[in-house]
Amino acid sequence: MDEQDARPEGAGAPEVELEHLDTLWFQVTGTICNLECSHCFISCSPDNHTLEFLDLETVLDWVERSGEWGVKEFYVTGGEPFMHRDLAAMLEAMLQRGPASVLTNGTLMREKTLRRLATAHEESRYSLEIRVSIDGPNPEMNDPIRGEGTFERAMEGVRKLLDHGFLPIVTATQVWDQEEDEAVRREFMENLRAQGYENPRLKILPSIKTGREAARSRGYGEGERVTAAMMEGYEEEQLICSSARIVTSEGVHVCPILVDEPDSLMGQTMEEADEPFELKHQACYTCWLHGAICSNYGGIGEEVT
Amino acid sequence: MTPGEEGGGAGAVAATDRPQAAEERDPEVRATDARRIAVFGGVYSNWRALEAVVEDARRRGADELYCLGDLGAFGPNPDRIPPRLIDADVRTIRGNYDDSISRGLDDCQCGYTDPRDNHFARLSYRYTFRNTSERWREWMGTLPEQRRIEMAGREVLMCHGSPRRMNEFLWESTSSTQFLDWMAREHGADVVLCTHTGIHWKRRLSGGGWFANVGCIGRPPNDGRTDVWYTLLSTEGDGGEEPTSASSPGEREAPAGGNGGRDRSTGDGGDAALEVEFVPVSYDHEALAEEMRREELPEEFVETILTGWWTTCLEVLPAKERRRGRH
Ligand code: SF4
Ligand code: SF4
Ligand SMILES: [Fe+2]
Repeated sequence: MDEQDARPEGAGAPEVELEHLDTLWFQVTGTICNLECSHCFISCSPDNHTLEFLDLETVLDWVERSGEWGVKEFYVTGGEPFMHRDLAAMLEAMLQRGPASVLTNGTLMREKTLRRLATAHEESRYSLEIRVSIDGPNPEMNDPIRGEGTFERAMEGVRKLLDHGFLPIVTATQVWDQEEDEAVRREFMENLRAQGYENPRLKILPSIKTGREAARSRGYGEGERVTAAMMEGYEEEQLICSSARIVTSEGVHVCPILVDEPDSLMGQTMEEADEPFELKHQACYTCWLHGAICSNYGGIGEEVT
Repeated sequence: MTPGEEGGGAGAVAATDRPQAAEERDPEVRATDARRIAVFGGVYSNWRALEAVVEDARRRGADELYCLGDLGAFGPNPDRIPPRLIDADVRTIRGNYDDSISRGLDDCQCGYTDPRDNHFARLSYRYTFRNTSERWREWMGTLPEQRRIEMAGREVLMCHGSPRRMNEFLWESTSSTQFLDWMAREHGADVVLCTHTGIHWKRRLSGGGWFANVGCIGRPPNDGRTDVWYTLLSTEGDGGEEPTSASSPGEREAPAGGNGGRDRSTGDGGDAALEVEFVPVSYDHEALAEEMRREELPEEFVETILTGWWTTCLEVLPAKERRRGRH
């Protein structure tokens, strides 16, 4: 892996091995979402059927098998997971075996589902984390990206989650300028406190410049790729592809970020997906730069002095 | 689609594991005839708690004492810790904090990203670094990363964060039993003891062993009380003779969902089983708080010592653990 110059499409990019399957992801609603955010890096929408819903049986099967591999935790994403009528059943099964996290836009919080989830959470020894995406501390910043009225709806989702005893993690993609970071953070905290969220959990994520986000922002520059030299002394465990795989309607993919890329599909079984993966995509550069961007913990933080 | 329909099988994922790397790191096993050992982590410069814990452990008949690292941070006058550990014959391993201090790194390797957490982590790191003398810095660098003992026929692995990573956080509510089983198996241990998070918990492993986070003695476990906690690992039948003392023995409040009370290892090889017990210790926390103020450490830290509630570095707490705290 030393021919780093002028390689076409990232040929000879460094490879990352699956060290251990810590995290098993499920894209339960495929690329189908009730929203159509302008920064969605896999271009989800109500009618994007690139990836379809997973059925309950498939998910339960994988959860059952996860014991053999010593899976530590489960992550559920979409699309919008709360569009799936079996979401509660899926999470109940997961919480029997380990902790689970759901990534949602917070606009489809139904009372009945929340009650079921709250009970499952109470009864489990494991944490259920609900991550609500809101891309700005006010409608002026959020709505142009996520859609008219979505700020209010997501905030209402946060309130409902609080009412059911959850402590949602609000995640925001950094769609503002770096210099505004501290002010944005402060306003976010204030507005969340105003919803009755006393000690808000807020996580800022870097934007991944693929899908619709490539058009919205500047996309990636040619030099923004991971090279072998960049991996020297780098802690590979920062990259989720070293410890995770995701199940979609197509099979097992390397990571939740690349599900849109044909070569991210590694096979139908965990055995097939237990292969090293070449970091030839430009989204890999964002991962490399920020590390651990998909886990509940971590993100990008600005130093306050 | 069915998982593994093409014969994936149990070995599929294990194929990429790295047992060699683990072996390189793993120290030799030392056989001990200790019937009971005391294990604690996260001293965080709390020398008053350290003295109280050592005394309590001796009184309860601990034959050997172990410290799983993170000697500095948070509290006052870090140079008071190493001499006390050495004097009390505590077998110590290196935590991420000690690793950073000994190597002169820029931060504690906890990886906080929340600006407020970062701010406080930096403050205490700078203070600790400035007040740790060259001599103890070098000494920290010589501490082993892990220790292994054979006790009552069981292999006990002691580490800081996890057997695979010094700075891995293992919380009760985010560590599935199947994962802990895998980790213990992977590292060839019947019992794994770790620290790093500051909250103690234990889990019975499928093979009959234990995975336990021994907690920390530097500050209370975010439970609204001022006691700190350490852990006793005892051979079965050696657990019922605690002398009466101010701090009552045993696990008074098992963390929710955990194996409350005193589970006994049933054993799978005919050896004596081991049991894990958490012990609260009270100490002169008010004197420590005063000393922290004299050293101009943040009032937020002092508050934790005085109230038992964590006020900083909360971002790493998972939902369940976070909900039990006040902040
Ligand atoms: S960013 Fe999330 S909420 Fe928005 S369209 Fe994509 S999947 Fe849906
Ligand atoms: S996008 Fe990130 S997680 Fe996915 S393969 Fe690239 S580096 Fe790995
Ligand atoms: Fe630590």
